[in-house]
Amino acid sequence: MNAVGHFLRRPEAASIISLLAVILFYVIVGGVDLGKLFGAASWLNFAANLGIVAIPVGLLMISGELDISIGAMIPAGSMTTAILSGYYELPIAIGMLGALGVGVLVGLVNGILTVRTTVPSLIITLGMLVAMQGIILSASVLLTGNASVPLAAPDWAKFAFGQLIGGSHQVIVVWWVVLTIIFAFVVHRTRYGNWIFAMGGDRESARNLGIPTSTVTIVLFILSATAASFVGMCQAILFNSAQVSGGMNFIFNAIVSVVVGGVLLTGGFGSVIGIFVGTLTFAIVNQGIYFTQIDRNWSNLIIGVVLLIAVGMNGSFRQKALSYVPRRKKA
Amino acid sequence: MTDKTPVLELRGVDKSFGPIDVLHEVSLKVHEGEVLCLLGDNGAGKSTLIKTLAGVYKPTAGTILMDGEAVEFDRPRDAADRGIATVHQFGGTFPLMSIGRSFFVGVEPTKKWGPFTVFDRKRANEIAVRAVQDFGITGIDDGNRLVGGLSGGERQSLAIARAVYLGARVLILDEPTAALGVKQAAHALRIVNEAKRRGLAVIFITHQVLHALAVGDHFAVLIRGAVAADFRKGEKTREEITDLMAGGEDMSELEAEFASLMEAEDDRGPPPGQ
Repeated sequence: MNAVGHFLRRPEAASIISLLAVILFYVIVGGVDLGKLFGAASWLNFAANLGIVAIPVGLLMISGELDISIGAMIPAGSMTTAILSGYYELPIAIGMLGALGVGVLVGLVNGILTVRTTVPSLIITLGMLVAMQGIILSASVLLTGNASVPLAAPDWAKFAFGQLIGGSHQVIVVWWVVLTIIFAFVVHRTRYGNWIFAMGGDRESARNLGIPTSTVTIVLFILSATAASFVGMCQAILFNSAQVSGGMNFIFNAIVSVVVGGVLLTGGFGSVIGIFVGTLTFAIVNQGIYFTQIDRNWSNLIIGVVLLIAVGMNGSFRQKALSYVPRRKKA
Repeated sequence: MTDKTPVLELRGVDKSFGPIDVLHEVSLKVHEGEVLCLLGDNGAGKSTLIKTLAGVYKPTAGTILMDGEAVEFDRPRDAADRGIATVHQFGGTFPLMSIGRSFFVGVEPTKKWGPFTVFDRKRANEIAVRAVQDFGITGIDDGNRLVGGLSGGERQSLAIARAVYLGARVLILDEPTAALGVKQAAHALRIVNEAKRRGLAVIFITHQVLHALAVGDHFAVLIRGAVAADFRKGEKTREEITDLMAGGEDMSELEAEFASLMEAEDDRGPPPGQ
């Protein structure tokens, strides 16, 4: 009983229950063969691409900010890699550094604008999203005369970023798991994580207590933009080409994953493990439906319902955590 | 006591925002182990005064002295570094953080974990719980509880215990009892007394005269940004203070203003249309 209570008070509780509920629903209603589902790569690949972006987006949300420019940063990452290393035939390392560099730069601009102006980060990154789309398209057409650029990556880059393990699982799954562990460690075990939560709780007080709130905000924006351009880079290396379109789905998918994962939309509460599980849940709903007898057109309905239920559970579990009083050992 | 150098002193502090004067010539002193009660109705300039002391605002004129030495705070951090801590009405400002974590925001204790430096949660929880219990709040014994789940009085105690633990010398309490029930308020007042006993200079802002009388050594009534009365314990009765706060001075000024207005009206003759 005590263990159950302890579990329910954690930020990731609702996401784990949602994940189990979705799997149970697919098994009972959709007749899913679990062995087949867990052996499949489609949802795991989907989750990994999304998850790498969802974690920094979730951390920004915990700190009280939003970044939707990630939608443009995925094609920005893949196009930068493909234009530099494919079209101009520079070494792949240059293309990769270029992609990550674009991420750092855009994140820096997002972050600086957020801390220097009073414009909400939602609006700033919305502007950045649209502006970056324009830049990518114009730059691509201007430089290569095309909206799609081929890329032939050398073996080592393929191995590290664009390999299909066992012919089906993208190597980015490994990156996702490793990044999750690193982020979980930094956020929950070091003092920097404490700063992020304090900033989301009350930015003004956090600053007054000596936390470098501006620096932390800028670093978080750099992380989210760079994570998105990293995913784009991996996709370009994997698929041997890059397109200017795509990536827009990531915006809502990432936000849904983060919120299902137990992060409070207004900041101050959440966990990396929750975001990880939220992403898994989202991926299984979205891709797992192909393993059911349910028509796949229903998947968005299921995502909507899962989102509402998870948010409802999050709210009530948070209340539980707030009102929790440990039983006194002695009266 | 009066011949000692006050820990914190304001000399003729003015603060205006553009053309609006909020504080006029405010002069106050607070000594070690003494509670200065700052009384005033809403809009009297209490919040502006607190923010000026906490380094959020810079005074337009006048000086702030600590231990007899003029100081200038460019940002809240400067005031905090000199040992001025402000505790707001609702105490903990991070309701969704655990007691141990919120206690150490910005000054987290760390330990070595292999090659990494990690947040020492166990120690943070232990210190936080002990610090609060030292203030007589025995109900808190688990540092993992969320701050938002504590009662108003407990949150106040946590915030005060934090300030004291981190070496505050001047404690500014902004309406600590305003949102509390009778029993909780008594609790908070006991904590104010404990802080005083430990030699802190306490500035206690309130508009509840009874609470002020229960702990105060020295009282100042703020009306429209000016110190309207400054007296020590026992020099005025509760009724006199209430009158002073709620109108007394205010009313007499209002009358004078009204009279001058009438005079001006007389000079100008009857208003048009009559």
